[in-house]
Amino acid sequence: MLRVTGVATRPNFALDIDIAVGKETVAVVGDNGTGKSTLLQLIAGLHRLNRGHITLDDVVFDSPEQRNFMAPQRRRTALLFQQALLFPFLSVRENVAFSLRRSGTSREAADAAAIAALNRLDALRLADREVGSLSGGESQRVALARALVLAPRVMLLDEPLTSLDRRTRADFRTLLRDEFCSLAIPCLIVTHDDADIEAMCTKEIRLERTTGFEPATLTLAR
Amino acid sequence: MAVTIGGPSTAATPPLRGELTVSAAASLTESFTRIGRQFRREHPGIRLRFNFASTSSLVSQIQAGAPVDVFASADLSSQDRLAASGNITSAPRVFARNTMQIAVKPGNPLAIKGVGDLTRVGVIGLCGRTVPCGVYAASVLALNKTNVPESQITRGTDAKATLASVAVGDANAAIVYVTDVRAAGKAVSGVAIPARQNVRAIYGVSVVRGSANRAAAQAFINYLLGQEGQATLKSFGFLAP
Amino acid sequence: MAERQAPSPFTDMNTDQTADRSPASLPPVGRGRRHISPVSLGLSVVAAVAVAFVALPLLGIAWRTPWSSVLEQLSSPAARAALRLSVLTSAVTALCTIVLGTPLAWLIARYEFVGRRLLRAIITVPVVLPPVVSGVALLAVFGRSNGLVGRMLFDTFGTQLTFSPLGVIVSQTFVAMPFYVLAAEAGFTTIDRRFEQLATTLGASEKYIFAGVTLRLAAPALLAGVVLAWARALGEFGATITFAGNIEGRTQTLPLAVYLLLESDPSTAYALSMVMVSVAVAVLVALRGRYLRGNR
Repeated sequence: MLRVTGVATRPNFALDIDIAVGKETVAVVGDNGTGKSTLLQLIAGLHRLNRGHITLDDVVFDSPEQRNFMAPQRRRTALLFQQALLFPFLSVRENVAFSLRRSGTSREAADAAAIAALNRLDALRLADREVGSLSGGESQRVALARALVLAPRVMLLDEPLTSLDRRTRADFRTLLRDEFCSLAIPCLIVTHDDADIEAMCTKEIRLERTTGFEPATLTLAR
Repeated sequence: MAVTIGGPSTAATPPLRGELTVSAAASLTESFTRIGRQFRREHPGIRLRFNFASTSSLVSQIQAGAPVDVFASADLSSQDRLAASGNITSAPRVFARNTMQIAVKPGNPLAIKGVGDLTRVGVIGLCGRTVPCGVYAASVLALNKTNVPESQITRGTDAKATLASVAVGDANAAIVYVTDVRAAGKAVSGVAIPARQNVRAIYGVSVVRGSANRAAAQAFINYLLGQEGQATLKSFGFLAP
Repeated sequence: MAERQAPSPFTDMNTDQTADRSPASLPPVGRGRRHISPVSLGLSVVAAVAVAFVALPLLGIAWRTPWSSVLEQLSSPAARAALRLSVLTSAVTALCTIVLGTPLAWLIARYEFVGRRLLRAIITVPVVLPPVVSGVALLAVFGRSNGLVGRMLFDTFGTQLTFSPLGVIVSQTFVAMPFYVLAAEAGFTTIDRRFEQLATTLGASEKYIFAGVTLRLAAPALLAGVVLAWARALGEFGATITFAGNIEGRTQTLPLAVYLLLESDPSTAYALSMVMVSVAVAVLVALRGRYLRGNR
């Protein structure tokens, strides 16, 4: 169970939140500027809570009152953005193997794991392609492989389907749903598309900006 | 058109007008600037401009077709070169002489007494080998049987730049014109070189062929050779021709 | 002539340009009926004038170069010393600008702090300063007789920057570094920060992210910056002659040698000029070929 409780302030707004996500896929919705991306960054450790805590089962990610902050490098939270953001100076395999190489896995073992991950996503044919030559859908598939190789404990997706064309989007949506099912970890997906929510999500977290400078708040679950 | 009354020019000749460009050796910077001010007062119709650089740069410029009316050099061989290339037609007139001096840091902290000491003071400033002040300096060193290795010589592009290597930079001495040391004021001190071991620099002036304003050019040369011009040059330390 | 939407050569070198190879917009006269707009015709004429303006002087040097004896001219001791010194000092300068300029550019690009704009303005000053003034400014600080730091350096280490190749490097670095810093700053600014966020969540340390992600993403911009700085260093004249002096074999770089030789030995001066033009063209062409086409 992933729990996020507390307040985080950014220069132009504050996020006041209290959520719990189990081994399920949850949609994060809300207007621009309500803190959807901030929520993901808090969980990933790219931004800190001002008060409250973030825990995953009995692991503390962030707890300012107890001066407890787990470095983002150690959280194993996988991020997927609207753009694939593959490292242009690395090959497809090196991109997928990135997290393993950072954690000290040998080049051979990391490469083998990368191949396996690409294979699992039915993307083995991309292994030896140039990063720059991949289409949007192909890039996103490689980015997903890169995320999965991390053996993530939480998946964080920030509009991962928005920049794909309609047909690719449908394929990729199915792929994500299947992967998340087999992963059985908390998945948070920021999206504006009801089709995404219907296909993948069990719950909806709606962030709202209340009047004036009051903080955005969480409201309902489906 | 307004008529000038009571001006110094004679009533018979009409007042001179137009542009006049004088290319002059860098060592003439201060004296010619003063003379220019006096000359303009006498000929308010003339727009006088100076172009100061090393004599050899000026030769290159004129040979490359720079629109110059008067050429004032720190030697006569440059005048000969321009005559040979057909850039001046009449014989140059000598209008001043100059001698060399050693410029040192203010107060002469290294106690340099003469040219012979220049081998022991580190880097010294000399003008470029083909620039007149560089040629004169080489003669001075030769007359004093002093051999300064090239690795101890920083070459200035003209007399003023060479002086600056002592005045502003880290050179401990430079061989430049007496007039340069004098014009630099407190920035440097001068160490005299005895006449027997010194050379005379001869300054020549001529009208450049193709000058668009020969009358004004000739008027400037006349002024330079005249009483007032000579007096001003003398006040800057130049010797009479 | 094909219309290309090429970005400015030194800002956006990553852009893939394979897509915008549009067909020629100006067909040969007499073929087809494609319309040439008066505007594009006018612009082309002005562009042709600009090309001629830059290219003709370069051709002029080639024209005046004594090709039959060029090797002989270049092997004169003064020419060889100047060549060697210029290659050495400009290379070290390029290195110095990378070492000193990269952290500075990164700081300016990434952090918002009091005086950031002022800092940025200050480091840009040498670009607009007359080089001789730069030389005088350097003398005021690093000169042995008049400079505070220079005197200290001499008293404690016996090091004199003026009249030494080290002084040449100081002069070149002073005037050339801003070119690198500005290019590098632009490079750092345009990097998508999410690359770094991704790398963080994938377990990369901060150190690795800087060296292995940020620097590599910025590499094309940094390289362009180094080339600009290096080229500026190679052509440096005013600051060098003022600060480091003009000593044959020690501080007389190519531009200084060319200037002095122009009067005494023009053919060697032209031969040396030709060397500089060739090197500059070769480097720029090589870089463009490599980085502007978008293949790595």
